Amino acid sequence: MRIGKDLVAAAATPVVLGILAEGESYGYAILQRITELSAGELEWSDGMLYPLLHRLERLGHVESEWRQSSGGRPRKHYRLSAQGASTLADHRRQWSIVGGVLDQVWPGDGDNRQPRLALGLG
Amino acid sequence: MTTEDAPHLDELIASWRDWIERRDALSIRDVDELESHLRDRVDALSAAGLTDDEAFLIAVKRLGSMDELSREYAAEHSGRLWKQLVLHDSSDSEGTDASDGTMPFVRRANGLTIALLLGVGAGIAVKATELLTGDPELVFRNIAVLVLPFLAAWFAWRRRPPIGTLLGVAATFALVALALNLYPFDGGSSTVTVATQNSATAVLATIGSIVALWLVTGIVDAGGAWRSDRTRMDFLRFSGEWLVYYVLIAIVGGALSGLTVAVFASIQVDIAPFIVEWVLPCGAAGAVLVSAWLVGAKQRVIENIAPVLTKVFTPLFTLMMLALIVASVMQWNLVGGSRELLIAFDLVLVVVVALLVYAISARDPALAPGWFDRLQVLMLVAALVVDVIVLVAMIARTGEFGFSANKTASLGLNLILLANLAWATWLQIGFVRRRVPFGRVESWQTAYLPVYLAWAAILVFAFPPMFDFA
Repeated sequence: MRIGKDLVAAAATPVVLGILAEGESYGYAILQRITELSAGELEWSDGMLYPLLHRLERLGHVESEWRQSSGGRPRKHYRLSAQGASTLADHRRQWSIVGGVLDQVWPGDGDNRQPRLALGLG
Repeated sequence: MTTEDAPHLDELIASWRDWIERRDALSIRDVDELESHLRDRVDALSAAGLTDDEAFLIAVKRLGSMDELSREYAAEHSGRLWKQLVLHDSSDSEGTDASDGTMPFVRRANGLTIALLLGVGAGIAVKATELLTGDPELVFRNIAVLVLPFLAAWFAWRRRPPIGTLLGVAATFALVALALNLYPFDGGSSTVTVATQNSATAVLATIGSIVALWLVTGIVDAGGAWRSDRTRMDFLRFSGEWLVYYVLIAIVGGALSGLTVAVFASIQVDIAPFIVEWVLPCGAAGAVLVSAWLVGAKQRVIENIAPVLTKVFTPLFTLMMLALIVASVMQWNLVGGSRELLIAFDLVLVVVVALLVYAISARDPALAPGWFDRLQVLMLVAALVVDVIVLVAMIARTGEFGFSANKTASLGLNLILLANLAWATWLQIGFVRRRVPFGRVESWQTAYLPVYLAWAAILVFAFPPMFDFA
C-alpha cells in the first residue's frame, strides 16, 4: 500500500528528525533507514530528501558537516540540534494526538492499529 | 571487472554532473551531495549484482525528476534564482572552500580590494589637487587626467596589456595633462568664479579630454588588442554598463548624503559643507572605480542592463522624433530655434547612436532581422531627417553670425554623428533586406570609434589655440 503524497510530506519532517535523533547520519543512510522502518511503504524519490534537509538546516533543527567517508568520498553528515530535539518532541505530541484521535475513531482490530504504529515512530 | 568499469562510472557521473550543474537552484555543494548519494546507491545496487551502468541508471531514476527536484531546491533556496553579486569567488557562494584558501588576497572577489584602493587613490588625487592648488576650476578641468589613470591602472591590473601599450597610454595622458594646464585659457585662476570655467574652449577641452581619455583607457582594457572589433565592442558594452552602475551609485549616494545631512541637522550639526567638500568629490571619483569593478564582477551574473534600456527606449525615442518632425514641418519652428538647438540635437544624435550601439551589442548575429531591426531603421531615418532640417537651419545662421568655438565644436560633432548614422542607416536597411550581413553593421560602429577619439583630441589640442583660448 502506498501512502498518499500529502501524508508523506507531513510525515517527512518528524521521520527525518526522529532518525537523526538516533544519531548523526547522511542522506543515503537516512533513506535506507526510512525504507527499513516502513518496510518500503513510506517512500519518496531520493532527491527530495536533500531540499528537506536543507530546509531543516536553515531552520536550525539540524546541523551539517562535510566529512570524508571511509571510502574517501566526501559526505555531508547531519546532526540533530538542541532546537531540533525540541521541535521533534513537539511534533511527537502533535502526532500522538492525531494518532489517539484516529484510534478512537477507528475502534480497533489488528489492521487498523497499523497507522498508530507508523505514527508512533515520530 | 570492477576495475574496468570504474572509469566508466566516473564518466557517467561526470556527464550527469554537467547536466545538473546547469540548474541555477543547485549549488556546486548540493550537486556534490547528490553525487555522494548517487555513488552510495550505485555501490549498494552493484553489490546486489547489477553492473555499474545499470546501477547508475536506476540510481539516477530514483533521484526523481530533475525538474521537480530543482523546483524543490528553488523553493528552499529562492535567493539562488536571483543571481547574487559574487562577493565570494565564482567557486561557491556558501561557506569555506578549498580554492578560497589558496587564492591570493587581492584576487578575491574579482579584485575588489584593488578596485577599492584605486578608488580611494582617485578620490585622494582629486582632493589633494584641490587642496594643493586651492583652485576648484583647475580640478574640474583636469578631472579626466586625475581620475581616469586609476581606471587605466585597474584595467592594466586586470588585463596585463603589453608594456608598449601602457607607455603609449601614459604618454597620451601626459600630453593631455600638459595641454589642459599649459594652454593659457582665458579667465584662468586669476578670475574668481566658483567651479565654472570662464573660457568656452576650456570647457570644450575638458569634455574632449574626458571622451579622449576614456577611449584611450579602453585601449588598456583591450589588453593591447584594440584593433579587434570584438574587444572594441566589449569596451562599448563595458561603457554602457559602467554608466548605468555609476548613475545608480550616484543616485543612492546622493540620497544617503541627503539623509545624513538631514539627520545631523536635526541635532543641530551642519555637516553639509563636509559632504560637499569631501564626500562628494571623493565619492564621485571613487565610484568610477567601484562601477568598473561592478561591471566586471556582475558580467556573468546578471544580464546587461544597457541593452534592456535600449529595447525600452528605442520605440519611445522613435516616437518622439517622429512627433518632432511633424511639429517642425507644421510650425517650421526649428529654423528660428535658439542657440542651444544644435547642442540639443547633438545630444539627440548621441542618444540615437547609443541606442543603436547597445542594441547591436546585445544582438545575436545569427538571428534573422526582425521587427526591432525595422524599428531601428525608422528611428535612424527619423533622426537623419530631423538632423538635416536642423543642420540646414544652423549653417545658414552660422553663416550670419560666424563661428564661435562652441558652435564649431557642436557642428563638428553633429556632422560626425550624421555621417555615422547615414552610413549606419544604409547598412541597417541592407541588413533588414538581407543584403548585408550583421557583422558589417556591428563593425561599422566599432570602426567609427577612432573618429570620436580624433574629434575629442582636436577639441583638446587644436581648439584652444584656434579660438585664442576664448
